[in-house]
Amino acid sequence: MNRATLFHQALRALACLPLLALATGPARAELQIDITQGVSDPIPIAIVPFARTPTDGGFDLAAVVQHDLDGSGRFRSMDRGAMLGQPQRSSEVVAADWRAARQDYVVVGRVSGGTGTSLNVEAELVNALTGQSLGLLRVTATAGTLRTAAHQVSDFVFQRILGTRGAFATRIAYVAVDGAPPSQHFQLLVADADGENPQVVLDSRQPIMSPAWSADGQWLAYVSFEDHVSAVYVQELRSGQRQRVSARAGVNGAPAWSPDGKRLALTLSGSGGNLDLYVLDLASQQLARITDDPAIDTEPAWSADGSQLYFTSDRSGGPQVYRVDVATRGRVQRVTFGSSYNARPRLSPDGKTLAFVTREGSDYRIAVQELGSLNGNVRVLTRGSLDESPAFAPNGMSILYAGRVNGRGSLATVSVDGLVTQRLKSDRGEVREPVWGPFSGTP
Amino acid sequence: MNTPKNLLLVLAGSLLLALGGCATKKVKPVAQNTPVASDAAQSSGASGNGVTTVTAGGQGVSGQGSAPVGVERILYFDFDSSEIKPEYVATLAAHAHALSANASIRVRLEGHTDERGSPEYNIGLGERRAQAVRRALLLQGVGEGQVSTVSYGEERPAVPGQTEEAWSKDRRVEIVYIN
Repeated sequence: MNRATLFHQALRALACLPLLALATGPARAELQIDITQGVSDPIPIAIVPFARTPTDGGFDLAAVVQHDLDGSGRFRSMDRGAMLGQPQRSSEVVAADWRAARQDYVVVGRVSGGTGTSLNVEAELVNALTGQSLGLLRVTATAGTLRTAAHQVSDFVFQRILGTRGAFATRIAYVAVDGAPPSQHFQLLVADADGENPQVVLDSRQPIMSPAWSADGQWLAYVSFEDHVSAVYVQELRSGQRQRVSARAGVNGAPAWSPDGKRLALTLSGSGGNLDLYVLDLASQQLARITDDPAIDTEPAWSADGSQLYFTSDRSGGPQVYRVDVATRGRVQRVTFGSSYNARPRLSPDGKTLAFVTREGSDYRIAVQELGSLNGNVRVLTRGSLDESPAFAPNGMSILYAGRVNGRGSLATVSVDGLVTQRLKSDRGEVREPVWGPFSGTP
Repeated sequence: MNTPKNLLLVLAGSLLLALGGCATKKVKPVAQNTPVASDAAQSSGASGNGVTTVTAGGQGVSGQGSAPVGVERILYFDFDSSEIKPEYVATLAAHAHALSANASIRVRLEGHTDERGSPEYNIGLGERRAQAVRRALLLQGVGEGQVSTVSYGEERPAVPGQTEEAWSKDRRVEIVYIN
């Protein structure tokens, strides 16, 4: 994030000061992307400042696009000061000039007033080698949604050049913890994928765990200990309406929304303390038991087609990843081998790759494994000692996870090919349990 | 089971929304058994990132009024183990004695792990520790209804820090007298 954005946010916050004084928690920009490793030959691209209009609130849209693309580790954006001109349309781009400045691509655009308070954002991508326009994106926004529009421009550029949908205009959820034990303060937050615009979903004096997005991006399921027992809740983000869907004796944990949004997989123990997987039908409240084993069975993750649950079980001694057929509740198959500790499976959106926590020596790290082949190809992607809670980006290109840096819980991403790593710097005491929201539900 | 109890105080949310542009937002009351729609309206427009904050109510911290005086209320465990160490035999006997002498006393056994590994798996390990203590109490005549368990896994460490000394204090069961 640049200084101008920070300043802009500070100004807005000041304008809202009387209201803020009553707010329960800080809602400043608390995560900042800090790229720690990128590809060796990032694509040079010039993001020319967009033409502005008086009603755009002074928002520097191109700066956000620049920040997104640089943060991806796949691009290196041109310094504005080195630009010879600032064209606003593809027809004004003199390809030879940008080629001479060693740029492969040029993004130009403009923000203009529409009807009422609406704004029109137009962005064009030009191939500097050929001078050809690679497409025009039109987005309607308001002064308050220009940041989202900027992320949509980033998605457009990313898609056109790399052929994969960008995930800049998506959201993440995570848990922040302030204070030292035993008097800690817990918050569940939702923020834009770049860490901006953090908003508090739940504020509690007791632990909050395991946030999980609904497939439509409108709801979160989570575990809250607010009554000194664990309970699973589902909450609509916009309205704050929530429902306690499971507060049975013992453990109520690890909620995971089915791809069709109708069911919740979760872990229950009953008073006997044996953790097994269940599936709760949200409309009927019908509960179906999926596993029945004296071991710990937990951390369910749905396959993309909703037919199987991947989960952690220590039925063989230590924790390993297994899968079970949901409909037949049978055919439990072990999926991970190798390390004596493999836990917390998560599937890539295309269902081909499994991410999980693995132990290497005394270190806990994030690994991926291709599911097609037997015993296929485990690759350890991270180098921390306490890495946990992997979650795929909705485009499957990277994995968001929690780790410890200098003793503090913090969030990071690693690309699935291992080439790009980013740290999301935080000014909170601790941040953990990140989950990346779906494409849908993005405003 | 499905009756939402003491669900929430929804107030602060509209204030936090203010950061999105000083807009205020009416908070709908929470309906009991709100149907969970999978086809909720798509968000759009300026308030698309709108999030309403819920403040969890919850109960205050329990007292330890009925706890036997001078008896340790925390049992520590070895790494990856839910086995009760021999040194706690007398401690557990004292708790069992106090509980079986008065059937109206209830305890909550809070199981904890250190921070290493996956949080939800650690909930399972913490529950195992709490259950080990529960079984020991029941074997000594304590009524089932007097003992409940909760596992906090790695969420509530006793001592912050990434040392074996800190971790050894985190792996524990706390016996909390509820009334």
